[in-house]
Amino acid sequence: MNPLQATNDFVVKFANVNGSGSASANELFAKSILRMGVPVSPRNIFPSNIQGLPTWYEVRVSEAGWLGRRGGYDLMVAMNPQTWDADVAGIAPGGYLFYDSSKPLPKTRFRDDVTTLGVPLTAMANRHWDDPRQRQLFKNIMYLGALSALLGIERDVVVELIGEQYRRKPALREPNVHALDLGRAYATDNLAPLGLRVERRDAVGERIFVDGNHAAALGMVYGGATVCAWYPITPSSSLAESFQTYCAKLRVDKETGRHNYAIVQAEDEIASIGIVTGAGWNGARAFTATSGPGISLMNEFIGLAYFAEIPVTLVDVQRGGPSTGMPTRTQQSDVLFCAHASHGDTNHVLLFPQDPHECFEFAATALDLADRLQTPVFLLSDLDIGMNSRLCEPFAWDEARRYDRGKVLSTEQLEAGVPFGRYRDVDGDGIAYRTYPGTHPTRGSFFTRGTSKNADAKYSEKGEDYIENMQRLQRKLATARTLVPQPILHRARQSAHRGVIYYGSTAPAMDEAIARLEADGTHVDALRVRGYPFADTVLDFIDQHDQVMVVEQNRDAQLRALLIEQFEVDPARLIPILHYDGTPITARFIVRGIGERVHGVGVAQLRDDKVA
Amino acid sequence: MTYLPKPKLHHPSLQRNRVGFTRRDYEGAISTMCAGCGHDSISAAIIQACWELDIQPHRVAKISGIGCSSKTPTYFLSASHGFNAVHGRMPSVLTGANLANRELLYLGVSGDGDSASIGIGQFVHAIRRGVDMVYIVENNGVYGLTKGQFSATADQGSKSKKGAINTDSPVDMVGMALQLGASFVARSFSGDKAQLVPLLKAAMRHKGAAFLDVLSPCVTFNNHEGSTKSYDYVREHNHALCRMDFIPHHAEITAEYAPGEVHEVTQHDGSVLRLHKLPESHDSADRVGAMNYLHACQARGEIVTGLLYVDPDAGDLHAHLDTTPAAFNTLGEAELCPGTAALEAINAGLR
Repeated sequence: MNPLQATNDFVVKFANVNGSGSASANELFAKSILRMGVPVSPRNIFPSNIQGLPTWYEVRVSEAGWLGRRGGYDLMVAMNPQTWDADVAGIAPGGYLFYDSSKPLPKTRFRDDVTTLGVPLTAMANRHWDDPRQRQLFKNIMYLGALSALLGIERDVVVELIGEQYRRKPALREPNVHALDLGRAYATDNLAPLGLRVERRDAVGERIFVDGNHAAALGMVYGGATVCAWYPITPSSSLAESFQTYCAKLRVDKETGRHNYAIVQAEDEIASIGIVTGAGWNGARAFTATSGPGISLMNEFIGLAYFAEIPVTLVDVQRGGPSTGMPTRTQQSDVLFCAHASHGDTNHVLLFPQDPHECFEFAATALDLADRLQTPVFLLSDLDIGMNSRLCEPFAWDEARRYDRGKVLSTEQLEAGVPFGRYRDVDGDGIAYRTYPGTHPTRGSFFTRGTSKNADAKYSEKGEDYIENMQRLQRKLATARTLVPQPILHRARQSAHRGVIYYGSTAPAMDEAIARLEADGTHVDALRVRGYPFADTVLDFIDQHDQVMVVEQNRDAQLRALLIEQFEVDPARLIPILHYDGTPITARFIVRGIGERVHGVGVAQLRDDKVA
Repeated sequence: MTYLPKPKLHHPSLQRNRVGFTRRDYEGAISTMCAGCGHDSISAAIIQACWELDIQPHRVAKISGIGCSSKTPTYFLSASHGFNAVHGRMPSVLTGANLANRELLYLGVSGDGDSASIGIGQFVHAIRRGVDMVYIVENNGVYGLTKGQFSATADQGSKSKKGAINTDSPVDMVGMALQLGASFVARSFSGDKAQLVPLLKAAMRHKGAAFLDVLSPCVTFNNHEGSTKSYDYVREHNHALCRMDFIPHHAEITAEYAPGEVHEVTQHDGSVLRLHKLPESHDSADRVGAMNYLHACQARGEIVTGLLYVDPDAGDLHAHLDTTPAAFNTLGEAELCPGTAALEAINAGLR
């Protein structure tokens, strides 16, 4: 078997031991390729453990710019003896195996069709360092050095990145560069360069490299959130923590040193959403960040905020199921649940960002929409977007942009005698005017409660008052359709009678799948849904195509269920393509899924066996 | 309880306070509590305290959970915004509201079911954080709205109206508040307005987490022989610590007392709490002493009422978070949005 030959188009997978400090070296590897102008998309694959168990880092190098997970890997950096057998077995035929050759391994542990690249990392580390922790950390940097030499990654680029990483601890720069050079020297002297090569290009442009949780946190800063209440939960914790970091830099009053923000790590998710609800009621922009189990706990408050019409912004970084269930795996499995969270005829606004750029933008949008619509707004991110650095368009902010605080009556308006009834539909859009507590001595006060009220917020259990209120909330939802981020249509090069609907983190894999299908002569129009309730153009898209596939990362075709519910379309018209094993969806999976539908394979059969 | 609507017009000779309001301006809708309910007396005491303190009604936010007690904010201060929130979750809503606008007075009204059972976690953590609020528990040891089940403050051995004996130990919210770091802790009795009104006033003028447990007998479900939360039982076992006068900061202090007769505590806003000392009463600045005193009385079967503990120099959550003095809900783009130049720098750092 000939060794694989590829330039700027391959996948490297690192197998590490959790807690061994490999993350930093692995990220340097990914960034160094980016600095050479070649797009990469890395992904952490980590079980829910603290130390000692396996963790993987997968870097897809793609000059063409495909940022979805490809599937498979061409070069395995096998640094974890525990997972050796499976790691070696998974290498693509003709691929490469990089390993620590300090101890000889029997020939049976290797593969004939794979090129082996042994570097005695442990022996070298033991020779050069005494401290056990240093040995471990510099071993990581040595493999980075060896890989850079083998793949053609420029030394200067890595050295520059190390310099940036240790800008504040310059004493650490030299030993790291030394370790890098030890690795490079060994590889250059003892091993032949690989068929996999990185060559300098100019394919990254102005794009930035950041994860969705940092991006959403920064969006909350720009969007004017002043109150954040949260409870730690994977994979959303880094969002609130980044908000803290950004606020400490960007939200401290320059003259007084006082904080224009308040962050409360609450005792649980119920308190988190309670704090956000209280702050929203009182006119501050507030948000919480959580994941599915947190949303479960928040349900009662979400319903109250919906019926009492209080602006609330929630970020749900989706993961697998409850308790210990797959907290470190990605899914889009909270869609239906969030759309109808809480008891009693509720319906909530959802936003689906495709990448960190949209996490930033939609975070600020969510705060605006929550104020405008006076209702809970969900930003539905997921682990794949939230916790992996992704190449995306730079963050953008229009200096002329103003916060939309919605319909709030001021002291002056109340003084001038503007009539006020908290739940009156004055403008016909279902959105009533509200007042902040403490606005006017004699006008504008009201009592906030659930559904037992009339349009003037007086206590009422009359059926007609209830129905009037519920119908107004429906009108408000119709208004929401026009305000959420509108879908983006990607038309096939040739006119297509097939369409595909997708959303969120499926986007990069879908972009690649569409291109591949097109190259094979299969033309599919694609619509990326970005908000719920759906814009009317989503129905137009369904109507314009004979066959519409809905690609999602959950078992129950949840977005499809919402489409059927809102538009009352024949379910047979919407064909689900579902990926839900906890790993990010791939272009290969989508291409196969669409290909099989195009060739008329039964839907039920496909739903059962479609796991990546 | 009365079904007669209250007349909107007030007698012109009604006395006005320093901000121009009569006591009746602090009233709310007609109460729907049972006739004789202790909760109505507490509402009346809140009205009295706010009027006497010259508080502008619209600068108060009244927040409650669910239950009989949580319904009462409708029955006082109709010019204030109110929020009947989720069962047991008043403390979190109040915390958020307080963060959004630190300039209002926050009255958290709750009951023993709302705070000691379903909401005990939120009670604990709001107190721990030192949220600037008056947290009032209208404590009757029973669930009234659902017709007479024991609550978590019911004493062991106490008998329900239907004759069941409570076998669970009671939650002592006053003891917990002391342990958790509340900076103002008092207990009172709805039947003792002379004690309750000054305590409410002192709590409203306190900066920090003020906790007030008010025994408030339920005339319908817990006022019978064998109950330890009935009017008769509380009156018989009430051990009032000491009489306290509340003197607002603008009032001139005229009366003179012999040394040792009174103890004065000056609060954050300049108001003075004058405690008329009894020989056996403890030092209101001594948290550990207060806990010991409370438990000693409890062991003797006595219900201590009065001001147990006050730290006049306590900080609050805003102080802990070092927040800006302006209300968050008045901040706009100028204070909150870092602008495009800062964003460009962030972008540059991510390449």
